[in-house]
Amino acid sequence: MDRVVVVGASLAGMRAAETLRAEGFAGTLTVVGEEAGPPYDRPPLSKQVLTGQWDADRIALPSGAKPELELTWERGVAAIGLDLAAGHVSLADGRAVPFDGLVIATGAAARWIPGTRAIPGVFTLRTLDDALAIRAALGAGVQRVVVVGAGFIGAEVAASCRARGVAVTMVEPLPQPLSRVLGDVIGRVVAEVHVEHGVDLRLGVGVEAIEAGDHGVERVRLSDGNVIAADLVVVGIGVIPNTGWLEGSGLTLDDGVLCDETTLAAPGVVAAGDVARWPNPLFGEVMRVEHWEHAIDMGAHAARRLLAWAASPSDPALDMAYGPVPWFWSDQYDRKLQLAGRVRPDDELAVVAGSIEDRRFTALYGRNGRVVGAFAMNMPARVVKYRQAIAAGLTWDDALQG
Amino acid sequence: MRVVVDFDLCESNAVCMNIVPEVFEVREDDFLYVLQEEPGEEFRAQVTEAVARCPKQAITLEG
Ligand SMILES: Cc1cc2nc3c(=O)[nH]c(=O)nc-3n(C[C@H](O)[C@H](O)[C@H](O)COP(=O)(O)OP(=O)(O)OC[C@H]3O[C@@H](n4cnc5c(N)ncnc54)[C@H](O)[C@@H]3O)c2cc1C
Ligand code: SF4
Repeated sequence: MDRVVVVGASLAGMRAAETLRAEGFAGTLTVVGEEAGPPYDRPPLSKQVLTGQWDADRIALPSGAKPELELTWERGVAAIGLDLAAGHVSLADGRAVPFDGLVIATGAAARWIPGTRAIPGVFTLRTLDDALAIRAALGAGVQRVVVVGAGFIGAEVAASCRARGVAVTMVEPLPQPLSRVLGDVIGRVVAEVHVEHGVDLRLGVGVEAIEAGDHGVERVRLSDGNVIAADLVVVGIGVIPNTGWLEGSGLTLDDGVLCDETTLAAPGVVAAGDVARWPNPLFGEVMRVEHWEHAIDMGAHAARRLLAWAASPSDPALDMAYGPVPWFWSDQYDRKLQLAGRVRPDDELAVVAGSIEDRRFTALYGRNGRVVGAFAMNMPARVVKYRQAIAAGLTWDDALQG
Repeated sequence: MRVVVDFDLCESNAVCMNIVPEVFEVREDDFLYVLQEEPGEEFRAQVTEAVARCPKQAITLEG
């Protein structure tokens, strides 16, 4: 393997590139990235960048400025096709980049409400440009923000807008914010935190229409008949993995690039980060994970898997099955949320430290006698310990006794 | 090799402790303690990993 191409110059892709070099890959290493600027970190976009505390220079990824990686950059140009038989990636400017090994790390893009993209004042938040545009609008005297979707991005945008003193209405069709990832009990706690900070929270209602006047967005019409005036709308209704460029390549695309349990998508092709779907042996579930730490971890794993393939193409490398316990954090107001594991809304739940009333607690999720998740609000240290314990198969009974 | 943590950025999530407990410890008071500010070379790989995986990019390694 003399030539590796990494497509996607962000967290997972850069981590894969770094790992390839750290593990001794000495060939040509090309990184293709659609965004023109240097790689950056996304989590601060909805936090310090929106509030105005940080500027773009604070969020550069260190790996983007390491000459020792000896990367060949193709920045500001998208990959638009993959030819596995010929072994090349086609770029939007007409060129083709040949490879012996390929890392797919194209992440995901924000989902839009159809027909609203062209309305001035309606935004999604995925890129630095998005964050700077929303921030500029907030700085230009926006008074009333409507956040559509109370997932993590929406909840953080709401918190950051409140920190700037702007009126916020957050609309969520589910009964509680974040209920799909945290369940209703914890979701309700998050809801209360937002209401305590002055968010007008509308739960269990959808958006019928986003309506514009001559100067852009003016109001949001809800499924319960209410109409909310808005100068700015941020839509946070999830993401779609960036696999358009892989259509027709022969790879299996199913809400992401489907990999085997070792992160191999085809001979000589691995995928990592938000774009990758794979069977996680620890949970017995085919999953796609949209967390920061996962992109870092899987990027490194996929790079090692690719090197193992190069060393022995016919070896299924079953010892390289990838079975992480997903982990993420979210900052909303002065509350720090963390979750380790994979939670379903109907899992058992038990608070094991602190108290919900104090907004400072640790809770465990259980299923079939095992602990499958640990959540904390403002109790940061324990979740990582539970994360290890979940990986080791901690039982529900042991957890509640200990 | 010197480990420097920006405690304004650190949020005590113990990701680093999980990687090198010999160097980083988050205690029950939820504060991070750097146990060895100048760890031996044998920890370089793990500390470098902690630098990369700190979600707040709060750790730097000098030398
Ligand atoms: C606002 C925001 C806040 C977040 N906050 C948190 C948080 O607090 N905690 C947490 O755990 N996670 C958080 N995340 C999630 C985390 O940032 C992502 O999981 C992570 O960025 C995924 O990394 P990735 O490299 O897989 O994909 P991405 O970061 O999406 O990068 C993919 C890259 O590929 C490029 N690309 C796409 N298509 C092509 C193509 N065809 N050709 C070339 N290049 C292409 C894109 O331009 C992009 O640069 C947040 C995300 C956002 C957007
Ligand atoms: S990983 Fe970073 S944020 Fe977390 S405890 Fe360590 S230094 Fe602090």
